[in-house]
Amino acid sequence: MNYQFQWNVVLSGEYLDWIIKGVVVTCQISAVSLFLALVIGTVIAVMRLTRFKPFVWFTAAYTEFFRNTPLLVQIFFWYFGSDGLLPRPVLQWLYERDFEFAAGVIALTVYTSAFIAEEIRSGINSIPKNQLEASRACGLSFVQAMRYVILPQAFRIIIPPLISQSLNLIKNSSLCMTIGVAELTYMARQIESYSFRGFEAFTINMLIYLSISLLVSLAINQYNKHFLRMAG
Amino acid sequence: MQWNVVIDNFDYLLFGAYPEGPLGGIALTIILALVSIFGAFWLGLAVGLMRLSKRWWLKYPALVYIEIVRGVPLLMLILWFYFMFPVFLGKALPEWDSVIISFIVFTAAYVAEIVRAGVLALPKGQMEASRATGLTHFQAMCHVILPQALRNMIPSFVNQFVSLTKDTSLAYVIGVVELTRAAEQVNNRTLSAPMEIYLTILVMYFIICYVLTSFSRRLERKMARYQARG
Repeated sequence: MNYQFQWNVVLSGEYLDWIIKGVVVTCQISAVSLFLALVIGTVIAVMRLTRFKPFVWFTAAYTEFFRNTPLLVQIFFWYFGSDGLLPRPVLQWLYERDFEFAAGVIALTVYTSAFIAEEIRSGINSIPKNQLEASRACGLSFVQAMRYVILPQAFRIIIPPLISQSLNLIKNSSLCMTIGVAELTYMARQIESYSFRGFEAFTINMLIYLSISLLVSLAINQYNKHFLRMAG
Repeated sequence: MQWNVVIDNFDYLLFGAYPEGPLGGIALTIILALVSIFGAFWLGLAVGLMRLSKRWWLKYPALVYIEIVRGVPLLMLILWFYFMFPVFLGKALPEWDSVIISFIVFTAAYVAEIVRAGVLALPKGQMEASRATGLTHFQAMCHVILPQALRNMIPSFVNQFVSLTKDTSLAYVIGVVELTRAAEQVNNRTLSAPMEIYLTILVMYFIICYVLTSFSRRLERKMARYQARG
């Protein structure tokens, strides 16, 4: 092996700045997408549990379609295809700002919300049915029963899988590099282009992703311990 | 809507440049997925059993491997392998080989967890009874434990195959002309119908993955019935 590792090259000056900026953008796009995905996922899950058939069909189709197609292709669809989907003023507004970021957020949100909807649906189904019946008997509407009785309990149960989905979302944000979002993987690719030290650049990036996921795993473990102690 | 663009290039989306040139499109996607899942099964089985071993020098390397792979994006792994091979082998590997190795290494970590769950789901008495009748640990594992565990794993394994099929789209980033790259080439050539092209390949991926997912669910229901009788 004649290769000379030069770790200091990709950790100095300009390159280090790029890595830091990449981490920031990764956190930003992940945070925005996660918030939106939680909202949409919750709405989808509740819609699926109503007795209104069109709601059930739409939400089932939504979760099945977006869970069974590659995220990368969804990103391309929103990025290249939105010209034919969105009205002109909205497009103009997005083009003047960060269109890549917006397309990435939409793709990540739609994709992740389909998985989150399934998690939440499982959580809701694990609450005994008579809780909903008792709530309705007390005069609460369906929406009120969901909001004040069922969802608070369901969310407590599904927090660990939701955190896992958050981790998946952070990892999935690396795919936005293909449409020019300047996140962590994009920056590694850029460092490789400038310095030809691809191996070092990507190794360091892998370590960064690994650090994030280990931190999240620790959070899950701590929550599980705390939750189990409360439950016991 | 300009669906004629899709219709005119549909054979390219299916097979790439074949027979005039290299195979591509959805045919290559399926081949990539099948080759990778085959490799991942054996590697995952080995790692999963290592993970279950009482010997620390088997158990902890397997654990480290699984945690690392599950902690990083597949895209990073693809790029990392792509740039790693020239460093350690002295020459670049073809894109095809590089991406298949990435898929196998990535998917094997998840298969290992499926194997581990499958084995742990069996009652402990099975292993104890096998040893009591004189079988070695290896014989007990091969002839008693694994046949039952592997059967239980099938639905999860199919789900993993679905994930892998979706993930083959990531081969795009190092230039492998599977379905996603083929779609991009069509889009770049025609420049007139991006929404139609990407919607078409979304539907193509969906059909494959949904069929497999439905198959997996049917298997799960059959397994449930099988378990109930046993």
